[in-house]
Amino acid sequence: MPKRGTPAIQGDMLQGTLDVLVLKTLALGPAHGHTIAHAIEHRSEDVLQVEHGSLYPALHRLEDRGWIASFWGTSENNRRARYYRLTPKGRQQLDAQTTRWDELVRAVNRILRPASE
Amino acid sequence: MRILRALHRRYWDDERRGELDAYLAEETADNLARGMTPDAARTAAHRKLGSVTRIREEIYEMNSLGFLETLWQDLRYGARVLRRNPTFALVTILTLALGTGANTAIFQLIEAVNLRTLPVSHPDQLLELKILNAKHGRMGSFNGSRPNFSNLVWERIQADQRVFSGVLAWTTTQWDLAPAGESRPVQGLYVSGGYFSTLGVAARVGRVFTAADDRPGCGTPGAVISDAFWQREYGGDPSAVGRSIVLDGRAVDIIGVTPASFFGTQVGRSFDVAMPLCADAVFSPRPRLKRPDFWFLGVFGRLKPGVNREQAAAQLRTISAGIFRDTTPANYDPSTARDYQTFEIGTLPASTGFSSLRANYADSLGVLLALTGIVLLIACANLANLMLARATAREREIAVRLAIGASRPRIIRQMVSESLLIAGLGAAAGLLAAQWFSRALVSFLDSDSTRVFVDVELNAKAFGFAAVVAAAAALAFGLVPAIRATRTSPNTAIKASSRSVTDSRERFGLRRLLVVAQVALSLMMVIGALLFVRSLWKLTHVDPGFRTDGVLVASVDYRKAGIPEPARGAFERQIVERLRALPGVTGAARASDAPLAGNSWNQHVVVGGAEQQTNVNFNSVTPGYFDVLRTPLVAGRDFDDHDTPESPLVAVVTESFARSFFPHGAVGQTFQIVEDVGVARPPIRVVGVVKDSKYGDLREPFTPLAVMDGAQDKEFDGSSDVVIRATTGLTAVSAAATRALLELNGSIVVRYQSMASIVAATLVRDRLMATLSGFFGALAVLIAAIGLYGVMAYTVARRKVEIGIRMALGADRRAVVGMIVREALVLLAAGAAVGLAAAIPGAHLASALLYGLQPADVPTLAASLTLLAFITTAASCIPAWRASRVAPTVALRED
Repeated sequence: MPKRGTPAIQGDMLQGTLDVLVLKTLALGPAHGHTIAHAIEHRSEDVLQVEHGSLYPALHRLEDRGWIASFWGTSENNRRARYYRLTPKGRQQLDAQTTRWDELVRAVNRILRPASE
Repeated sequence: MRILRALHRRYWDDERRGELDAYLAEETADNLARGMTPDAARTAAHRKLGSVTRIREEIYEMNSLGFLETLWQDLRYGARVLRRNPTFALVTILTLALGTGANTAIFQLIEAVNLRTLPVSHPDQLLELKILNAKHGRMGSFNGSRPNFSNLVWERIQADQRVFSGVLAWTTTQWDLAPAGESRPVQGLYVSGGYFSTLGVAARVGRVFTAADDRPGCGTPGAVISDAFWQREYGGDPSAVGRSIVLDGRAVDIIGVTPASFFGTQVGRSFDVAMPLCADAVFSPRPRLKRPDFWFLGVFGRLKPGVNREQAAAQLRTISAGIFRDTTPANYDPSTARDYQTFEIGTLPASTGFSSLRANYADSLGVLLALTGIVLLIACANLANLMLARATAREREIAVRLAIGASRPRIIRQMVSESLLIAGLGAAAGLLAAQWFSRALVSFLDSDSTRVFVDVELNAKAFGFAAVVAAAAALAFGLVPAIRATRTSPNTAIKASSRSVTDSRERFGLRRLLVVAQVALSLMMVIGALLFVRSLWKLTHVDPGFRTDGVLVASVDYRKAGIPEPARGAFERQIVERLRALPGVTGAARASDAPLAGNSWNQHVVVGGAEQQTNVNFNSVTPGYFDVLRTPLVAGRDFDDHDTPESPLVAVVTESFARSFFPHGAVGQTFQIVEDVGVARPPIRVVGVVKDSKYGDLREPFTPLAVMDGAQDKEFDGSSDVVIRATTGLTAVSAAATRALLELNGSIVVRYQSMASIVAATLVRDRLMATLSGFFGALAVLIAAIGLYGVMAYTVARRKVEIGIRMALGADRRAVVGMIVREALVLLAAGAAVGLAAAIPGAHLASALLYGLQPADVPTLAASLTLLAFITTAASCIPAWRASRVAPTVALRED
């Protein structure tokens, strides 16, 4: 459940943000789609609501770019599931995008809170 | 990646479906664990995921090459449409094929002649050497296709230069393969020893020359033959190397064959046989290797690594003074010698070699490319008109499709694909036509006297050019109609299309505009064509001062006959007598240079003790020459038997000569020829004056010409030209002449040209321009007439109701015809105004190619306007006449 006072961000998630979140999640270890979706929600303390339907095209796109790779495995509940892991190329991408994100946040902060700088 | 996935779409779809099923199972399990009922758990899982089908579609879409696929569909649809309208398809594709084909062919030729680099290693390092300030100070004999340097200067350049890793010299020549009888010329090259190594061309078989082959007094050290010659004469047999070839009666060993791609240093001319420069001493009767005033060599250098063109130019500048000081010809008068010693050797980039074609045809090809470009524009305007008409007809269909939600870009894309298909097919046909067309062009430029060799094989550049042209054309005639057709709101289109008394005038305005453009462009074409045709006509009707019909020029080579020099004068008299005695021959005379054949002999003369600065052309002929060429004698007498080698020298001069030097009467006066210091300058008495005649070029004005008496010649090099006037066919005469000459001496080699073909060869470029611009002009007018007809027919069809009403109200036929024709005339006038305004500056650009005409030649402009007006009026009369036949009741009922 979203916390009070912090409305869930859904649908209009910043363009491209989902990709980097998926990469970050996979940096912790291989996972399948269901886990990834829930992990993002959980780790953002439910602020970020992943539209589960849009996750799969994103996975497909990332795999197409060679940033993640997939394999069939068995889930915690003993079901066949498609697992994803980060490729070296994906890790580079994650680093680059994390840096970019930090810069963006700093820049936006400088505008929003000039006093705190 | 994407393409691979697109090929395995089904596999990927299955993968994703499995994955989504797994998700649903997990989520359902989670929900169950939270205590939901199985049904509710499954529904909640589905809700969380959203539409499985939509996700699969989204992924499927990612795996497809969306644009290409719809393009393919559109193209198939377009093909179906074309199949249903075969006439439309045929006309449009043919029009475009002609347009793109002509453009591509000319582009190919320009590319081959102007842009392509020599087929040697690192052509960008090559520079051509040239005297920069050689306007004055260079006199003597000029020979070969690049007479930049004398051999003495070349030898000094070779010895003194420090900036090139290699230098080479070359000159063109012609040898004869025939042992006797009618000649079999081969294209020859004299090359310096470093020629092949400097160019970086290795032998295909055997070896090429080295510096060791090219030494003074080398004799005939061997011949290198071209691949083409090897294939032609020896069928590509490697054992040809080591065999000997007989050139001008001398056996020379073949030492090697060059690669097939190598044609020499001159674009537009290939070579058959190359010999070292030193061998010229054996073949050439005059010692031109030692003559400081014999200009016949072209020189190239390959820059040393690390040396740039500026540094090379600087070094050449510093060595120039010494070279020209040491090689000043002794016979130069002081002022010429002063000019000579200021000469400076400079450089030109030579990566694309040297080409006389380039110099002669660059302008012409540029103009032709512009003309064919205009034809293509007219064709595009015409097609745009057709497409507009079709788009209007399909307005309702498009409106319906827009109404049910088709996107505008999608419909535009479909319509453009159709034009793309037409353009593609047209360009493909054009590309095939271009191959044929450029070969025809090359053979047009090719004549007996100037053999042209240009490799115009289909290449990537030509292909790219055609593709770009096709794409541009497709956009030009496809995009605008498509955009306009989809702009109307569906509502009005559906409503308006049933009964259209009021037409959408705006759209129709564009079609009128296109017709105006067509008329303007075709007027430009017609003006251009007429200018070139009139220019050619003027040139062919220039009075050259002699008659060309019925005159045969026989170049007789008797160097192998072994006649000693003192006996040659008598032998040449015998030759002329034999030829004169042939049946059907009314006259024959020997001449050192047949007019307009490309040879020249000019010198300064001394009149009244003072050297004249005017350049005087010379010729030397035997009695009867003026009669053979029908050049009228205006004063004095022709040469006769009183003039012998022992009697005082005499000359016949032209009116220009007489006017320049003897304004008070030339006959009886004397002049001298400037000779080397210390050489006698005997007086030459003028015995007759003849009408002016052209010497080197039909275009040039008459220049002073002095004709010496050939009977008084003391030097004979073993060859001579004989002009023959015959009343029977020239072929029959030449056959009989060959027999007669072989009877006289079994080792004579002879070559024939008709005087008419010699003159025609000087007009190749003019004939090319006149023929092609005439053809394209006619094509342009035809296409424009079709365009105007189409628009007028369309007007009539659209205004049928209006016309019906007018006639029902009592308008007579004349009024209706007048109304339609007036409309056509308005379009015509607008087009003509624009066309005239554009044609005059355009013609100025081409004025260098015109002879005896102003670019804004009034009769030409008037004739072009009249022609275009006549044709376009005719094209609009048919629809007008048809309009007047409309029965009011039929017209009203029809809609």
